[in-house]
Amino acid sequence: MADQQHETHGYYTGDMHNQFVPEHYDPKNRGVIWRTFWILLIITIGEVAIAFTSLSKELLEFIFITLTIVKAYFIVAFFMHLKHEKISLAYSILLPFVLIIYLIAMCLTEANYLNLWDNMFK
Amino acid sequence: MAAEATLAHENSSSNPWGGGKSPYGISWGKIMMWFFLVSDAFTFSSLIIAYGSYRHRLTQIWPTANDVFTHFPFVHGHVPLAYVGLMTFILIMSSVTMVLAVDAGHRRDNKSVAVWMGLTIIGGFMFLGSQAWEWYNFISGTPDGALKMPTGEIYRFPENAPSLHASGVHAPDWSLIAPNHKVIEDRAEIARIKAVAQPIHGANLTDNEYGHPLFADFFFFITGFHGFHVFSGVVINIIIFFNVLSGVYSRRGHYEQIEKTGLYWHFVDLVWVFVFTFFYLV
Repeated sequence: MADQQHETHGYYTGDMHNQFVPEHYDPKNRGVIWRTFWILLIITIGEVAIAFTSLSKELLEFIFITLTIVKAYFIVAFFMHLKHEKISLAYSILLPFVLIIYLIAMCLTEANYLNLWDNMFK
Repeated sequence: MAAEATLAHENSSSNPWGGGKSPYGISWGKIMMWFFLVSDAFTFSSLIIAYGSYRHRLTQIWPTANDVFTHFPFVHGHVPLAYVGLMTFILIMSSVTMVLAVDAGHRRDNKSVAVWMGLTIIGGFMFLGSQAWEWYNFISGTPDGALKMPTGEIYRFPENAPSLHASGVHAPDWSLIAPNHKVIEDRAEIARIKAVAQPIHGANLTDNEYGHPLFADFFFFITGFHGFHVFSGVVINIIIFFNVLSGVYSRRGHYEQIEKTGLYWHFVDLVWVFVFTFFYLV
């Protein structure tokens, strides 16, 4: 996340704001794109493959959720290019998701309690 | 106006928040697209968390995805996960063609942008077609259907539960599978169930032959909402594609519109990664 102070390359948006937008093109980009594609493909094939193994349900769930977050990282970082944006932009996009982690914790706690309640008198 | 902006740009201090230029170093349009996607991600997160909550609450009687999505075109028998794996591949592939279109835009290569955008649109249509086929199979269900008790419990037939065979349980043909996935072999109990239960076929918003109706409701709502995003993305991509062909962006001098559309398209792919995990894998 390079923080260049003096941009030379770029373009003007050409709309009513006519904002100057710095732009740095890296010819190695296409290699990164295809590398990301292979990583995503191999993870997906791996996920489908281990679904048919006799690993325990809890271990499988843990592996699947971890691999999903890994895939999400590769899509956001390389396809959506967030890894090469300024760190301030990355923080303003990613930090709100702390609230989602909180919501998951709250809802699953409540759901586990309701499950207990539903099955209490059976 | 351009000269003015140049001046503002050159005069801005080394402080990125000092004014005269974007503190994030990207255009206002891309910033707005990012924050729209953050809000959209919150919507999808809430939907998936609602699904997860009910699934946890009803964990003992929740249907097994490997019993529901077992079809593959031109293949007879049960093939769980293969088709949805293919759908995931199609969407990842169309994300790759999209990012290659963005890359071609950075090189100001109008012809390559058009080719990659065209391939992205084809990928989008292939995904939508796959989605329609998946819905068709889920809605029409199995030939035998299942039995629904007046109180709402669903009793299934053993041949419609491949996950049982996979786990080594071989239920006899005349048995039934209770909502909690246990095999019922007691003939008196089966007769009692068959006397009052109604046959149901397939899945809709009120009935689901594979188990609890909430499974069908969440499936239709979440994959439907995602599919609508894909459809919107395809429509936007088609508009951009014709703009590329008519040279709108080569005249404008930059291909920022492709980047903004690309962000949206990758987001749709990102959501599918989570839908794939939480509906099909876990």
